[in-house]
Amino acid sequence: MKNLGIYIHIPFCRSKCPYCDFFSLVKTDTAAAYLEAVNCRLEQFQTGEYKADTLYIGGGTPSVLTGEQVASLIETAKKHYGTPAEITVECNPSDVDETFLRRIYAAGANRLSFGMQSAVASERRALGRRADRVQVENAVRLAADSGFANISLDLMLGIPHQTADSLHESICFCASLPVQHISAYILKIEEGTYFGKHRDALTLPDEDATADLYLQAVEELEAAGFRQYEISNFAKPGYESRHNLKYWHLEEYLGVGAAAHSFVGGRRFYYERDIAGFIAGAKPVDDGAGGDREEAVMLALRLREGVETALLSDSARKKIPFLKAQGYVTELDGRVAFTPQGFLISNTLITELTE
Amino acid sequence: MPFDKSKIRNFSIIAHIDHGKSTLADRLLELTSSVAKRDMTAQILDDMDLERERGITIKAHAVTLNYTAEDGEEYMLNLIDTPGHVDFNYEVSRSLAACEGALLVVDASQGVEAQTLANTYLALDNDLEIVPIINKIDLPAAEPERVAAEIEDVIGIPCEDAPRVSAKTGINVEAVLEKIVSDIPAPENHDDKPLRALIFDSIYDNYKGVVVYAKIVDGCIKNGDTMRMMSTGAEFTVVDVGRMRATSMESTGALYSGEVGYITASIKTIHDAKVGDTVTLATNPAAEPLAGYKEVQPMVYCGVYPADGADYENLRDALDKLKLNDASLSFEPETSGALGFGFRCGFLGLLHLEIIQERLEREYDLDLVTTIPSVVYKIHMTDGSVLDIDNPTHYPDPADIDFSEEPMTETHVYAPADCIGTVMELCQDRRGTYIGIDYITPERVDITYKLPLNEIIYDFFDTLKSRTRGYASLDYEIKGYEKSNLVKLDVLLNGDMVDALSYILHAEKAYPRARRIAEKLKANIPRQMFEIPIQIAIGGKVIARETVKAMRKDVLAKCYGGDITRKKKLLEKQKEGKKRMRQFGKVEVPQEAFMAVLKLSDDDK
Repeated sequence: MKNLGIYIHIPFCRSKCPYCDFFSLVKTDTAAAYLEAVNCRLEQFQTGEYKADTLYIGGGTPSVLTGEQVASLIETAKKHYGTPAEITVECNPSDVDETFLRRIYAAGANRLSFGMQSAVASERRALGRRADRVQVENAVRLAADSGFANISLDLMLGIPHQTADSLHESICFCASLPVQHISAYILKIEEGTYFGKHRDALTLPDEDATADLYLQAVEELEAAGFRQYEISNFAKPGYESRHNLKYWHLEEYLGVGAAAHSFVGGRRFYYERDIAGFIAGAKPVDDGAGGDREEAVMLALRLREGVETALLSDSARKKIPFLKAQGYVTELDGRVAFTPQGFLISNTLITELTE
Repeated sequence: MPFDKSKIRNFSIIAHIDHGKSTLADRLLELTSSVAKRDMTAQILDDMDLERERGITIKAHAVTLNYTAEDGEEYMLNLIDTPGHVDFNYEVSRSLAACEGALLVVDASQGVEAQTLANTYLALDNDLEIVPIINKIDLPAAEPERVAAEIEDVIGIPCEDAPRVSAKTGINVEAVLEKIVSDIPAPENHDDKPLRALIFDSIYDNYKGVVVYAKIVDGCIKNGDTMRMMSTGAEFTVVDVGRMRATSMESTGALYSGEVGYITASIKTIHDAKVGDTVTLATNPAAEPLAGYKEVQPMVYCGVYPADGADYENLRDALDKLKLNDASLSFEPETSGALGFGFRCGFLGLLHLEIIQERLEREYDLDLVTTIPSVVYKIHMTDGSVLDIDNPTHYPDPADIDFSEEPMTETHVYAPADCIGTVMELCQDRRGTYIGIDYITPERVDITYKLPLNEIIYDFFDTLKSRTRGYASLDYEIKGYEKSNLVKLDVLLNGDMVDALSYILHAEKAYPRARRIAEKLKANIPRQMFEIPIQIAIGGKVIARETVKAMRKDVLAKCYGGDITRKKKLLEKQKEGKKRMRQFGKVEVPQEAFMAVLKLSDDDK
């Protein structure tokens, strides 16, 4: 039996956040049919050779569903692929109540990822987050009380109005809660989002300020016991997200749902951003072969452990001394890895190292 | 059979850009049934896209029209079109020399403009009869009587019976044809003299070779004759002669004095049929060529490089093809450390440069980088030799220079009177020496300055236009060389010199220019993995400095549900972007940074 990560995309939200370009709709009247289609695809895909070791229900906002609906997804996955060791459900802190949490915990969910983004009221408003920080705190404590011992919070960097002080406040807030994992993403203004359309009206920290915020986040999170293991992910030891690591380790994963991406059997494929099509039985779209050396380098370099030097081309290896001197990479035990300064310019560096 | 000379009229049309020359020409073609209505695309005479778009006639053309006048007689009208810009003054003068008269078309809402006046004076120098036409009377802002008075004042020709027309709507255009017949003199009969034909244009045709457009001044030329170019002595057998019709060539077998037509003779390049040259017959040559021939010299040079080095051969082919039809374009290969392989091209002036550049980009689909245009400097060396330098790369060691000279112009700016201060300020700022102001009318002035040519080619016209709300026009004439205090600016990125950005200029302009180049580069060079010093230097002395700070952030932190392909595409895009950069040592410089420096303008601060 081969290990498989399963990702289920829930393309529904109560409201669209102004920065988010993930695929989701506010209209949820098709949710029941959609979940049925997901369950159906999960069953169809199992040819008998896979067992799931991770399940990740993301979105969108899975917590717009009822506990029963989420539980049924988990139960279908377990029925066909066995019980995954890590079952994550993404939640909006303002959605969850005790019934929901207890139901999905009972079904087997053992990891929650809360979209917090910021603990500072003015920043949260700018990001269109509904809950206030008290609700975030309540949701996290309720989750912990419901049995969840692996909780992650999302934190955003480089957002409107953010300063070193306000970031410090958000990080202290995270550290005060029973959470084991933090994802800290730098805001990127995407085309097609509200922010994308109103870019000029945003007062964002500039490149240098944003870089400083990132470095501050790395330092403060490490000090609080959250060790950086990927460009934007930090965890208490042993709480790294097994599912997300599959992406960077070129392991196999199956994405089910509209806009979900898969890497199975050396091929990448995905479902279109089309809920009705998915319900109607649309086939996934082939996205070419995956897993070549260039991909391996590109993905491994996102991790703190970096990439084996041997995997780099000759011309890439020749650039290492210069990059080391600039403070962007370290070289240790036959591996090349980015420093936090290197992570900050990882697009440029990966481009250099995969030429 | 020769056409009855008394029924021939040879004329051209003088007009400022946009005053309606091409539209009027089209109307004349229509009225003389030279073109079927269905074949009329607007403005037949301007047959290049670019000409149509810019409303500028770039190269002269000619066309023969048959017109039955009110007196019942049939006339042969030869319309010789002229290029409408200062860069092509010489071509204009040769076209005018082929005519006995000219229509002076003035926009009834605008009045007399610089080029109009300059070309009118050229026409008067050639003893042409000037027939004023007041056009665009259909416009709400038209003031035909005021404009008529202005023409009388400025040029001194009577205007009371000048036809008031609208070429656009066709109002009163017949009157123009009658005026041509009644006012413009017929050519003289010199059929018995040895052949002298004035070449006023030539084009290259893939099948016929060079097609020479000529006015037969004396004698006659027939198919089978052996013709001789009087400037070079080169001889060719005449294959075909005839008249140019609006949409075809009409072979006649012979052309006689007073007539205008084409000659083909298997001539391989237009350099063998230069504008202004005289054609005679080998068997019965004329003693003297017609007056006024001169070799045109490029006045402005710049480097032209393909943005993508792989396009070098395509650029060469394109230049070769353009040169087939443009004797005044010159080019030779050059290499730049910064831009790779390209060509040093010579142009008559800035407009000529822009036209060639646009044609290369548009008709040949080339993406180009051009260096800052340069004039030809005369560098007198301490050993007594004199170097002609049109390329900063060849600028000698200042220690070996005795003194330098730069080309000067006499420049006329025609502007509304309330812009005098603005124009004078600009001219003063461009190292101009005031010569005088003439009031053309109480509202319009002719401001004359002596200006260095290098100040004019660097964005003078655009600045003039923007500072005068588009109302000023410009005409200049080269007036020899004068001593000047020149220096060469060099640009260094991360310590490496970028040869393509070197620039020769007057010493007093060096500091502010250096400052702005540095600022522009800083604004346009993206931050890279390390800090990049930008230095602008004269010799070894840095006179301006900026720094591009090291890049801090270039990261895609988020991962869209395992969508690795999206990340890969992003990296590929980044690699593509990198390929479009020019590499200097470790520094990558995008095209835009070059453009920003090359297009640096006074008003763009």
